[in-house]
Amino acid sequence: MTILVIAEHDNNELKPVTLNTLSAAQAIGGDIHLLVAGSGCQSVADAAAQIPAVAQVLVADNDAYEHQLAENVSKLVQSLAASYSHILGASTTTAKNMLPRVAALLDVNQLSDVMAIESSDTFKRPIYAGNAIATVQSADAIKVMTVRGTAFDPVEGAGGSAEVVSLSEVCDAGSSRFINEEIAVSERPELTAASIVVSGGRGMGNGENFELLNKVADKLGAAVGASRAAVDAGFVPNDMQVGQTGKMVAPDLYIAVGISGAIQHLAGMKDSKIIVAINKDEDAPIFQVADYGLVADLFEAVPELEGKL
Amino acid sequence: MKVLVAVKRVIDYNVKVRVKADNSDVDLANVKMALNPFCEIAIEEAVRLKEAGVADEVVVVSIGSKSCEEQMRTALALGADRGVRVDTGDGLDSLSVAKLLAKVVEKEAPGLVILGKQAIDSDNNQTGQMLAALLDRPQGTFASKVAVEGDKVQVTREIDGGLQTVELLMPAIVTTDLRLNEPRYASLPNIMKAKRKPLDLLTPDELGVAVSSNLTLLSVEPPAERQAGIKVSSVDELVEKLRNEAKVI
Repeated sequence: MTILVIAEHDNNELKPVTLNTLSAAQAIGGDIHLLVAGSGCQSVADAAAQIPAVAQVLVADNDAYEHQLAENVSKLVQSLAASYSHILGASTTTAKNMLPRVAALLDVNQLSDVMAIESSDTFKRPIYAGNAIATVQSADAIKVMTVRGTAFDPVEGAGGSAEVVSLSEVCDAGSSRFINEEIAVSERPELTAASIVVSGGRGMGNGENFELLNKVADKLGAAVGASRAAVDAGFVPNDMQVGQTGKMVAPDLYIAVGISGAIQHLAGMKDSKIIVAINKDEDAPIFQVADYGLVADLFEAVPELEGKL
Repeated sequence: MKVLVAVKRVIDYNVKVRVKADNSDVDLANVKMALNPFCEIAIEEAVRLKEAGVADEVVVVSIGSKSCEEQMRTALALGADRGVRVDTGDGLDSLSVAKLLAKVVEKEAPGLVILGKQAIDSDNNQTGQMLAALLDRPQGTFASKVAVEGDKVQVTREIDGGLQTVELLMPAIVTTDLRLNEPRYASLPNIMKAKRKPLDLLTPDELGVAVSSNLTLLSVEPPAERQAGIKVSSVDELVEKLRNEAKVI
């Protein structure tokens, strides 16, 4: 069995979630090849070659892959697929966009958000916003899946020297074109990879008040997240959303401030090691999952917390 | 231009699901069902395109048993013109649904197909992408803005770091994210009118698609239960517990 893992990157940097995906590939067992599809992505290929778990790095460096448009990259992956028993990507928007397309081109189903590997054809994945865990067996010739990064410990990132193979074939469907991108700039750690996350909900009242959370986050070296209510109310941008339709996080410490704890939000954070809830409503559902709950007005408790860290 | 919208009947999003005692699946007996929230957004977007004069007909399609006609009527009450149901069992896998939808799309020849980005029951987030692949058409997934211009559509997508805009040659497939729009409520007169709108029936045989799956659901279990912890009385106590008991800061 040889497994193809799709590298998550931005043409400059290999994203840490790739290491978690490789860990899932190791659990399946077999040789692992890592595909880096991008443009001007040599630094990513160099980083990929140093991962001991990887036997071979395939590099497709071409303008057609610069923004990893699904139309183009899916055809590239399809052209490689025959040599592989499994094709894995992380549960990021890039892979979620592209891998179902690959699966359909190969006439196989895709398994989304796999959180445990039972065997080479049996996997566990969450359904109904994480309120049930399904064990699914696939009889497809090639198993295509996205992997929930927070469910797998990352593999070692350095010390290896994998063979690097350049792919010359260019797949350009020509039906889609990148126009532009607005990436939110932040000096804090990435939400899905942070070991501490401080999140705010509707209780924050407005966007300016998130500054209170930012201060706590800066002291803890934490990332700042939000509930859907806070995003929909326009307090913060949507890439901060934690939940069923946002990002899945499983940090060591999750501090939920002014968040009631709707099931859609819990789906995104209930695998956190320690959950702290600060809410003035003592009946809020968040207290049913919190290890430490503080019933208090967040506008008094959060500045006090910041002062005592 | 014609717009095709695919909708799915799912458990209402407020319902706390229960796993069956024999772990075969979740228990859907006597549970409130509804239109998948992302599909509702897809309908709203199609109806807005019609109101803006961009689309001239909105066709709603659903794959499943007769019971999903209830949700199709909701879609018709929200402004779709007519419906097509492909008569199958419920709970088909994404690839089968995409194959059936692809045949309906070939028949109807819409300029735009709009789907929700994921159904809140299976949480797959696959059907739109698979449909686009089968039709060899471009896709604009997780859309928070859709702008049609001539034979092209510009889609602003919600990606992990922020937003990305792509331009697609139509016909194209778009899947909706939550922030695309705020769906309207169906008024009583529109609900009455929707009862008279045409709703056609197709079978997988007529579409030439054999429905089968390589996926087997072995078991469904409730997730590990998380126990409620303790309530602390002050910020001091909280900090003390996090430092000395949980050792996370």
